[in-house]
Amino acid sequence: MFYREAGDFKTSYRDDSQTFPIGFDRYRYYAVLVLAFAVVPFVIDDYWASAIFVPFLIYAIAAIGLNILVGYCGQLSLGTGGFMAVGAYACYKLMTAFPDLNIVVCILGGGLVTAAVGVLFGLPSLRIKGFYLAVATLAAQFFLVWLFNKVPWFYNYSASGQISAPARSVFGLPVTGPGVEAWAQYMICLVFAVVLAWAARNLTRGTVGRSWMAIRDMDIAAEIIGVNPLKAKLTAFAVSSFYIGIAGALFFAVYLGAVEVGEAFGIQKSFLILFMIIIGGLGSIFGSFAGAAFLVLLPVLLKNVLVGTLGWPTDLTAHVQLMIVGALIIGFLIAEPHGLAQLWRIGKEKLRLWPFPH
Amino acid sequence: MNRMVPPPPTPSHVTEDGRAIGPVLMELRNITLRFGGVVAIKDISFDIREGEIRAIIGPNGAGKSSMLNVISGFYRPTEGEVWFEGARRPPMRPYKVARQGIARTFQNIALFSGMSTLDNIMTGRITRMRSSLLSQALWWGPAEREESAHREAVEKIIDFLEIQHIRKTPVGRLPYGLQKRVELGRALAAEPRLLLLDEPMAGMNVEEKEDMSRFILDVNDEFGTTIVLIEHDMGVVMDLSDRVVVMDYGRKIGDGPPEEVRASKDVIDAYLGVAHD
Repeated sequence: MFYREAGDFKTSYRDDSQTFPIGFDRYRYYAVLVLAFAVVPFVIDDYWASAIFVPFLIYAIAAIGLNILVGYCGQLSLGTGGFMAVGAYACYKLMTAFPDLNIVVCILGGGLVTAAVGVLFGLPSLRIKGFYLAVATLAAQFFLVWLFNKVPWFYNYSASGQISAPARSVFGLPVTGPGVEAWAQYMICLVFAVVLAWAARNLTRGTVGRSWMAIRDMDIAAEIIGVNPLKAKLTAFAVSSFYIGIAGALFFAVYLGAVEVGEAFGIQKSFLILFMIIIGGLGSIFGSFAGAAFLVLLPVLLKNVLVGTLGWPTDLTAHVQLMIVGALIIGFLIAEPHGLAQLWRIGKEKLRLWPFPH
Repeated sequence: MNRMVPPPPTPSHVTEDGRAIGPVLMELRNITLRFGGVVAIKDISFDIREGEIRAIIGPNGAGKSSMLNVISGFYRPTEGEVWFEGARRPPMRPYKVARQGIARTFQNIALFSGMSTLDNIMTGRITRMRSSLLSQALWWGPAEREESAHREAVEKIIDFLEIQHIRKTPVGRLPYGLQKRVELGRALAAEPRLLLLDEPMAGMNVEEKEDMSRFILDVNDEFGTTIVLIEHDMGVVMDLSDRVVVMDYGRKIGDGPPEEVRASKDVIDAYLGVAHD
């Protein structure tokens, strides 16, 4: 009954173009923020942080990044894992080369380096589209992983070929390295996720976002009405890679602590994040969160139910999980290409009119 | 003839219904367009004056849409020159042509189907948007002011075209007639000097055609926009346009005011066929 536009008059274009035009939505959003910032940090423990919250937030950032490229600009990319690796290695090099540099600066630097690399690998998009572009980005994936394995300079000539994050802190609070508190890990990821999601929302509702979507929906018409395709596509690659790079840096420095590139940032990671945005919803910020949550929660849930409660063997559970994800992706592609976000939108439309059918 | 000299100024005049027709805005000189062995346009020259409604007519496959594509920069003419605002236009990408003040609609609707009516029309103003990526990401200061200012201009177009009720509807869901109107709105949003309309009334019923004709006349009258129009409905063409170019098999077979063109033997032959006896 509270979910109504009625009586909520917009008197300026600024009000009219806000993200949550319905009051109830707005308060729900504030409530989620309060919960995330003021309640979760006090109750979170190591298991919840490392199994659910931290990976969820990091994957959400990566999914937003990939969604900007695939969902908003329509340029298919399979190089997400490689770009995450760029973010991780750039962050690592910055952390070790400048030990006094704040970790936040290192993570942002990782994002910027990835943005530059993303633009470089985005150049073919000016000539090729669709599957061919996907293959070109696939080349980026394999090349980047190979590069970080082959050139010892990237892992500072360590014997294991791994990179491991030295201890760093923000405002005196350790966030990387051994013995970090769960809630500190969670908080730094949360701050990045919230700020980046907010910025992505602003970009996608403004001029840049419209030029991306114009290129996605009809590139020839977009160019004829004045969208510069070069600029639109390359900004999409740059912004997308920036997000993915930050996700990679957080994944390495905050979440895992030590990383072997082929294992952490292989092709599986690219597909995982692509599945997140397909299931969550292409062209939706909320969908990126929903998809990330779904694919992070599903294995945990299956493991608890099937292994914990029913006593199935672990490998069988892993196979069942693959089958479920595969079936869901086929199902979503056929039945609801806009994913969970579209189901959410339809639900809200219905709720707006409830209890009346029209 | 020395081709580097701009066209001589032509005298301006006022039409019977009181609209001012100015000097030449665009001149097409000896345009030829070939695709391999196919000649789509063969040595066509004509001019478009400021403030007029210029129609291009002709049977199917005559090269009308190709001509429009040459004007909007989508095709590069094989031979010939395009003069715009007294200067020869070098070959340039379509988005740069758009920035010069040339907007168009398409024969088959080319809207951005995933976006709302409002966003589609806002995209039409992209040539006028200046704020940086960073300020847009923060949605603060210049970006926010720019967005609101352009929104105001777009709302005027929405009012003008009477599509307030579908402002936030995704255009994919709209009926055909409204989509055509939104597409006109998107072209108008650029505040073009020259507006190209490729069959704006194709597939419409009489009522929708009347509405669209009214909008075209109003655009020309209120904003003083020069319009180039391709249309098959002869009644509409004769009523709306100031001058008509007739094309057949890539050649120009007539050029002049509607009454004159209608009386021309070549034009009648092209449309009705020639008796062979």
